Amino acid sequence: MAVIVNKEECIGCSACISACPFGAMVMEADKACITDACTVCGACVDTCPVNAITKESEQAAVKIDKAEYKDVWVFIEQIDGQVKNVSHELLGEGRKLADAMGEQLAGVIIGDEVEALSKEVFASGADKVYLVEASELKNYSTDGYTTVFAGLINTYKPSVILIGATNDGRDLGPRVACRVGTGLTADCTNLGIDEQTGLVAWTRPAFGGNIMATILCPEHRPQMGTVRPKVFKRPEQDFSKSGEIIRVASKVKGQGIRTRLLELVKVCTTSCNLEEAEIIVSGGRGMGKPENFRLIEELADVLGGVVGASRAVVDAGWKPHYHQVGQTGKTVGPKVYFACGISGAIQHVAGMSSSDIIIAINKDADAPIFKVADYGIIGDVAEVLPALIEEFKKAKAC
Amino acid sequence: MQINLTDEQKIMQKLVRDFAEKEVAPGAAERDEKEEFSREIADAMGEMGFAGICFPEKYGGAEADVLSYILAVEELSRADSGVGITLSATVSLCGWPIYSFGTEEQKQKYLVPLAEGAKLGAFGLTEPNAGTDAAGQQTIAEFKDDHYLLNGSKIFITNAGEAEIYVVFAMTDRSKGVKGISAFIVEKGMPGFSFGKKEHKMGIHSSITNELIFQDVKVPKGNLLGKEGEGFKIAMATLDGGRIGVAAQALGIAQAALDYAVKYSKERVQFGKPIAANQAIAFMLADMATKIDAARLLVYRAACLKDLGLPYAKEAAMAKMFASDIAMEVTSDAVQIFGGYGYSREYPVERLMRDAKITQIYEGTNQVQRMVISGSILR
Amino acid sequence: MEIVVCVKQVPDTTEVKIDSVTNTLIRQGVPSIVNPFDKHALEAALQLKEKHGGKVTVVTMGPSQAKDALKECVAIGADEAILVSDRAFGGADTLATSYTLACAIKKLGKVDMIICGKQAIDGDTAQVGPEMAEHLDMAQVTCVSKIEVEGNQVKVEREHEEGYEVVETQIPVLLTVIKSINEPRFPTIKGTMKANKKEIPTWTADDMEVDPGQLGLKGSPTQVRRIFTPPQRVQGEIIKSDTAREAAAILAGKLLTAKIV
Repeated sequence: MAVIVNKEECIGCSACISACPFGAMVMEADKACITDACTVCGACVDTCPVNAITKESEQAAVKIDKAEYKDVWVFIEQIDGQVKNVSHELLGEGRKLADAMGEQLAGVIIGDEVEALSKEVFASGADKVYLVEASELKNYSTDGYTTVFAGLINTYKPSVILIGATNDGRDLGPRVACRVGTGLTADCTNLGIDEQTGLVAWTRPAFGGNIMATILCPEHRPQMGTVRPKVFKRPEQDFSKSGEIIRVASKVKGQGIRTRLLELVKVCTTSCNLEEAEIIVSGGRGMGKPENFRLIEELADVLGGVVGASRAVVDAGWKPHYHQVGQTGKTVGPKVYFACGISGAIQHVAGMSSSDIIIAINKDADAPIFKVADYGIIGDVAEVLPALIEEFKKAKAC
Repeated sequence: MQINLTDEQKIMQKLVRDFAEKEVAPGAAERDEKEEFSREIADAMGEMGFAGICFPEKYGGAEADVLSYILAVEELSRADSGVGITLSATVSLCGWPIYSFGTEEQKQKYLVPLAEGAKLGAFGLTEPNAGTDAAGQQTIAEFKDDHYLLNGSKIFITNAGEAEIYVVFAMTDRSKGVKGISAFIVEKGMPGFSFGKKEHKMGIHSSITNELIFQDVKVPKGNLLGKEGEGFKIAMATLDGGRIGVAAQALGIAQAALDYAVKYSKERVQFGKPIAANQAIAFMLADMATKIDAARLLVYRAACLKDLGLPYAKEAAMAKMFASDIAMEVTSDAVQIFGGYGYSREYPVERLMRDAKITQIYEGTNQVQRMVISGSILR
Repeated sequence: MEIVVCVKQVPDTTEVKIDSVTNTLIRQGVPSIVNPFDKHALEAALQLKEKHGGKVTVVTMGPSQAKDALKECVAIGADEAILVSDRAFGGADTLATSYTLACAIKKLGKVDMIICGKQAIDGDTAQVGPEMAEHLDMAQVTCVSKIEVEGNQVKVEREHEEGYEVVETQIPVLLTVIKSINEPRFPTIKGTMKANKKEIPTWTADDMEVDPGQLGLKGSPTQVRRIFTPPQRVQGEIIKSDTAREAAAILAGKLLTAKIV
């Protein structure tokens, strides 16, 4: 596939130059030219006012029988026998995809003595569960889980796989995708079926959150994606439902696992588990100095929430990186997000845009955060926060 | 005549600019407010090798040219002129005389740590009664077999107290007048060598300016720099080069002021349009930019002459005089363009104006510069 | 230790702005930088080299201007640098990119450790590291915040939602690192001058053993369907009031009534 400029049609208006997110278009002798940096994203095609740019298709080198691949799978991530919320969120979304495709939804459970988890997987809408149990698989390991997952894919040929974009999910996804030679789209914030092609359309942020890209995996199977937690809602569960459990033996040998988990050190249980939090109170450089962060902590405490921080605050050493919200920090989707003294740079917003309600407090009326906030107060955090804390304390008391 | 910087000089400039923008600029306002010198920044500059840019590799330097070093001073000064002068004093006023007039042993012992960035340097010439009349030295160095006994004081010394190495001037033979002044390398920690009151200045607050006090300080014979009686010659030659550093500092300050003024004039809206849309403002900016460019050419030219080994005293004086005078004008205009906000401490331009003033005064007042230039022309 | 650091030259996405009128990306004047995560990777490699001896090689796949990124890495302290560049590599997604880089690394010979930044700030996928490890059949640990090496044993701390894991593995291994692992050093003047003089070789598809069907667009299972600017959230209400107290009271009232908190 390539993007081609029809030089005769090109009127030299340069609209495409600024449209290209990769700087791959330049003007030469008043005509648009495409450089080596082109990634065939097609952004220029849409911008050209005279349709002088086209995206050409090329025959794919690999041909597989796509008809052999059926069903939507969701990786059920579990830790210490607890299923992570994101897996349920994906079952909910996976159900919609499966229904739209007229196919089935399956959960993939890998671990040791985890069969009991199938109940809640069925309750969230799965028709089937693929269960692989072995003592070597008790804890997540790249080698163990990749071998198991790739084996399941090769045997059962799913059409679509959804994995939660957690630390482990983003470790496993690419390894599996590469092993089976297919395409993986990372950190999706939206899923759908592409009308034209019937393929899964994976939508995700890029460029630090400045743009969104919709990706397709046309010729390779399965179509895979890691999906951001808290973007989709947990489905209503129906525990009367059940389904088929397909038990598959693990072919993983101990020596085949090249990493060994020595210990899991829990630094935050509730205090910085932002990904699971319902309420996050976040502070930025506008807090003034590190000592003022106690206001953030107090408000979070009163509301039963978790403390978040902007990149600037973490870089300045006011808070450890576990609290950082943003494109290169943690991405969160709580019910309520308080942004205090945070200007609202795109990279930060990209990390919390899935929040239901955003509340901004900043003394700069022009701060971009106000454009995305549902409620805003233009004021000094040092005055507003203590007042808010008092109001909520009062409300709690009655 | 080469108008453009070489690729290597551009890379050098970018390196220092990145450092200045990331590590120096953010804390500049706070350092100014608190009158705080940052040893961390000085040490970071040292580790990156800024002080060694134009010294030979065998003394720990990078063997690049003087212009590269001047570009570094300019970029640092653009972010915080106090940091710029910290470097300039170490390299031009302390490192250079040792390099030019020192023995091999002195260079190994004192120049290497300066070039490698391990130590800071300072230059002790000015006294309460010897400013422009530098020959009126009252600090005495009495020769006593294997050492000199140093007594006296110096004022307005940049880096005083933080620097480990000092090039100090004193009278060894009163009867010979100017030819009776000698130069010495004095180390911090030598008994009797102390520092007096910290100077509270109008600007360059992040640079330390302090007094040097010598009470029976025993300076080893081997620390005499050059020959007895050569001190004044060494001081003047050093200042000729140091001038280019100060000119670069003034240039950096002026550039920063212009950058702020341009940005502000595009953003500040009055009467429904940015103030830059008014010719009054646009013309001011045009004049400021032209002055800065002219100063830049003078400064770079002086550095190039030094690199070529050609005489540069007159050109260095021109560069220092012109750059500092326009820095004063440009910073004042920048405050004007900011209007009321320009006068407020919350905005960066008033600091630049306060910083600029000293560049017209130290390392030879601009009146002295005119003496040097006219002296050269009228020869 | 023979260490390879994979780096990418990226636009500084913290400087990118959206044109509010056309709703498109303004790329003009946005500088190209070494991906910040990769600087942490390079710093980790240099610290290991300082402790255990050896060599650090930086590799990048990109157009010819990516050589500037490599030069910066050499100025910071890398010993060798290689540019992997060819028209055939253009349009590659993460699978094709990781395959190409893996071919380059195979050509280098014995490698003890490959260190990558967790993600590139333009693509943000965090996939190339693990996919490279798969192509090279190497062990991997992602999101590493601390590295300790003793002989052949490698012990790392790996970021986790609730804290961190302590993981043990062995050389050879591929690690992806996060920012909290270290403070990257600045290039030195001497390093910069050395880097400027350094000849950096370019490896094309012909220079390496590659399967052409796995390169560039041909080797990319994923394709971009479209690119658009993120939909703006609709601005909500700004609570206006004379004092902070009042504003806070109004806000609290609204939130409590709507049962948001």
